[in-house]
Amino acid sequence: MSGRGPAGPGSATATVTATGREDKGVGASVPRPDGTLKVTGEFAFSSDLWLADMLWGATLRSPHPRARIRAVGLAGALRLPGLAAVLTHDDVPGRKTFGLEAADQPVLAGGEVRYQGEPVAVVAADHPETARRAAAAIAVDYEVLAPVTDAEAALRPGAALVHPGGNLVRHVRIRSGDPHAPAAVVVSGRYEVGMQDQAFLGPESGLAVPAEDGGVDLYVATQWLHVDQDQIAASLGLPAGKVRLVLAGVGGAFGAREDLSMQIHACLLALQTGRPVKMVYSREESFFGHVHRHPATLYYEHAATADGMLVSVTARTYLDGGAYTSSSPAVVANAATLGAGPYQVPNVSVDAYGVFTNNPPCGAMRGFGAVQACFAYESQMDELARRLGMDPVQLRIRNAMTEGSVMPTGQVVDSAAPVAELLRRVSGAPLPQGVPGTACAGGPGGEPDLRDLPGGVSNTTHGEGVVRGVGYAVGIKNVGFSEGFDDYSTARIRLELVAGEPAVTVHTAAAEVGQGLVTVQAQIARTELGVDRVTVRPADTAVGSAGSSSASRQTYVTGGAVRAACAAVRDALLGRAALRYGVPAADLTLADGKIASRDAGVLADLAELLADEAIEQTVTWRHRPTQPIDPETGQGNAHVQYAFAAHRAVVDVDTELGLVKVVELTTAQDVGKAMNPLALAGQIHGGTAQGLGLALMEEIQVTGGVVRNPSFTDYLIPTILDMPPMNLHILELADPHAPYGLRGVGEPPTISATPAIVAAVRAATGRPLRRVPIRPDDIAGL
Amino acid sequence: MRVSCTVNGAPAVADDVWEGESLLFVLRERLGLPGSKNACEQGECGSCTVYLDGVVVCACLVAAGQAQGRDVRTVEGIADGGALGAVQQAFIDAGAVQCGFCTPGLIVTTDDLLRRVPRPADPEIREALAGNLCRCTGYEKILDAVRLAAARRASEDPPPGAGPGGPGRPDDAVGPGEPAGPGAAGRPGR
Repeated sequence: MSGRGPAGPGSATATVTATGREDKGVGASVPRPDGTLKVTGEFAFSSDLWLADMLWGATLRSPHPRARIRAVGLAGALRLPGLAAVLTHDDVPGRKTFGLEAADQPVLAGGEVRYQGEPVAVVAADHPETARRAAAAIAVDYEVLAPVTDAEAALRPGAALVHPGGNLVRHVRIRSGDPHAPAAVVVSGRYEVGMQDQAFLGPESGLAVPAEDGGVDLYVATQWLHVDQDQIAASLGLPAGKVRLVLAGVGGAFGAREDLSMQIHACLLALQTGRPVKMVYSREESFFGHVHRHPATLYYEHAATADGMLVSVTARTYLDGGAYTSSSPAVVANAATLGAGPYQVPNVSVDAYGVFTNNPPCGAMRGFGAVQACFAYESQMDELARRLGMDPVQLRIRNAMTEGSVMPTGQVVDSAAPVAELLRRVSGAPLPQGVPGTACAGGPGGEPDLRDLPGGVSNTTHGEGVVRGVGYAVGIKNVGFSEGFDDYSTARIRLELVAGEPAVTVHTAAAEVGQGLVTVQAQIARTELGVDRVTVRPADTAVGSAGSSSASRQTYVTGGAVRAACAAVRDALLGRAALRYGVPAADLTLADGKIASRDAGVLADLAELLADEAIEQTVTWRHRPTQPIDPETGQGNAHVQYAFAAHRAVVDVDTELGLVKVVELTTAQDVGKAMNPLALAGQIHGGTAQGLGLALMEEIQVTGGVVRNPSFTDYLIPTILDMPPMNLHILELADPHAPYGLRGVGEPPTISATPAIVAAVRAATGRPLRRVPIRPDDIAGL
Repeated sequence: MRVSCTVNGAPAVADDVWEGESLLFVLRERLGLPGSKNACEQGECGSCTVYLDGVVVCACLVAAGQAQGRDVRTVEGIADGGALGAVQQAFIDAGAVQCGFCTPGLIVTTDDLLRRVPRPADPEIREALAGNLCRCTGYEKILDAVRLAAARRASEDPPPGAGPGGPGRPDDAVGPGEPAGPGAAGRPGR
């Protein structure tokens, strides 16, 4: 051995201290406090954890999308030297199933497997290769059954059932106005969205360490520690207090870590063997180890007056949830409630269905439900504009939602909804020059640089057959958990003297997944308490739940909790000062590290008041309550906040080969308040990139329930060559209901990027392009 | 088998290496250098990029035995002493780090690019970094970081071409940023 010892669990993940000046508060482009550890390789991701006596876990997965398990033979595995444990369905001591919204997914399959890749057994061994071979040596006798693979057909009478209760996960019905209202123009279309993968780079992984009290400590990458804790404890048959979770470094999430992957398995193996167990999925296994974005089929009909006012939107949407429930109910609700888009539509009829099949389970991915709907309704808006002979941006602006608009659910949009302004921003931006030698160069002549053309240095064109197109889209997303969910976060703030200087410690269970929450939490504490030195402790279950790092909610909700807990600390501090100086607390203020009274000026330094005793407050904070929606009409105030973004895409298309080069993307988004402009830009850039991926390249290809491309060789995500320059227009129209006026930012860019790019390719080619991702065949007309 | 090589300037020996192990596995699990990341295990993502005898490679595609007697430099060896390298500091300052899983590979790849091409144009940056996948940033801030690092190195370095072989690493005028805070005290493993 040489060099340092390998990283211990939880080491250097998030205990990061940043000291700073006043310009490191809310609104400043504060660099990440964990940046240094991340650029030196010292930041401990969940796959980096290591203990001297640890074992490696591995998982045996079903090769069949649907089969009955007749027998499981362990003899071959048990013979292998170095093997420590083999566990199957019968070895799960507690609840045999888990799940976010319904516990319907087996920890280890028992009688039947319902998707390819479903875990059947787990093993632990002294080397990862031994563990893999042991898993491979388990003999499972399957009776292979015909899989259910077509979501629409699965709802028809007589369809084979994935679960005994039927194939419908959820049907959400929205009715407002008169869907049969007369109109001058009607356009209709059928749209398809392929199965997208979150493709985070850091694979599912973690380290489970058995504890002396009979419990287990789990260091893991996840999006919501407490919902993991509850599910793990139930399946281990332990009280939640004996299952302690610490957030290890998270290599991206994007929804894929909301559901459990290796958590229960590693804990089971650790408790069985009495040794720490590490599990790390390979990339191929990762494609089977988490849920994906729901593939969807969407039938839309838009009706409008001759001058382009929307009269009605009618939609039927089928979302393939795969084998288990996961987050499908919420995905269906989003696809339905947001199904008409960011427009004022007097008459709406939407039916969205989540369906069980034997395809891979689908659940949360950035923008869920809204992404699929937006591709359909924005494609429809373009088609409507074409039929009306209108400019597509003008048609959108004419129908744009504003503050005060009424959603199809009857909910009044009660903060800024600058849909028209977002469209004006992106459409008003200057257009990039054409590439010399192409059909619409418009710029200087001469030979094109191959690198500027579709196909690049593959040398597939020198400009011939290359056509430019421009497209637009705008989208809407709800922020936070909806439909009456008790959506809260907890923050513990400690203010004390450290080496004579006031210092703040922020402790929450909120998952930093790369988005920069760890930075924003510290910024809020600095702004609220005027203290430079702020430490954000590693997230763990020793403090109350923060809810999920999803639904664009964490800066809003955990940010709100940190602010509220800081206010409680400030109140306690001023109360202490009031007692000491005999001044009413209401007359006191805390600013620049000093306590001042309205009349007497500065009374004391912060340090004086903290000399004897620290101040610590824990606060649970909730956003405004939402309501369930009516099951018949979909009416109700389902969402706490709406967020909007618009995109303009400029593309060059090689119309002969079907290759697309995205030349430029321009985005406008209202963020309410730019808490950290640098991190904000990163969210918009990254979200846009994932939208580009869905438009042009990203699809898990599933045939007969079997995944055909579980690797980064065959599942393509955008590279730096695929991404164009991106121009951002940020609006800060405060939402009076939200902390600092902020609006969730993570998801909107992913939603509108996809349809804008498709619209641009349509503009270039004239092809209908009603399915994403677009395939070269679709463009070339093959 | 035993594998002996030089890692970040110091001799390193790993014993009981199974022949099927990659250089990446040996670095991460046997030599205590988990900075190089494993995200695809098939040379598609670039997260495990290291120098092998001065040439950047995907450590996941190098069999451990192939590293015998050779010189390996990982992301852990990019910083000079306590100070961050110009590329590392630029990645922080430009906002090019989000989840950070791709970052070690990008740091090494960028370091290599700027050694070969001190002031790369955007198309050259894109071409050089095309083998490094990032899922968080959309690459805009990564481009900014490379441009920033190039500019800073250019303003600090003597003119390039002063001689081959281990081009002088600039003494970074830009500080290492704030101290990283407490490490893993009280937790297992350290």
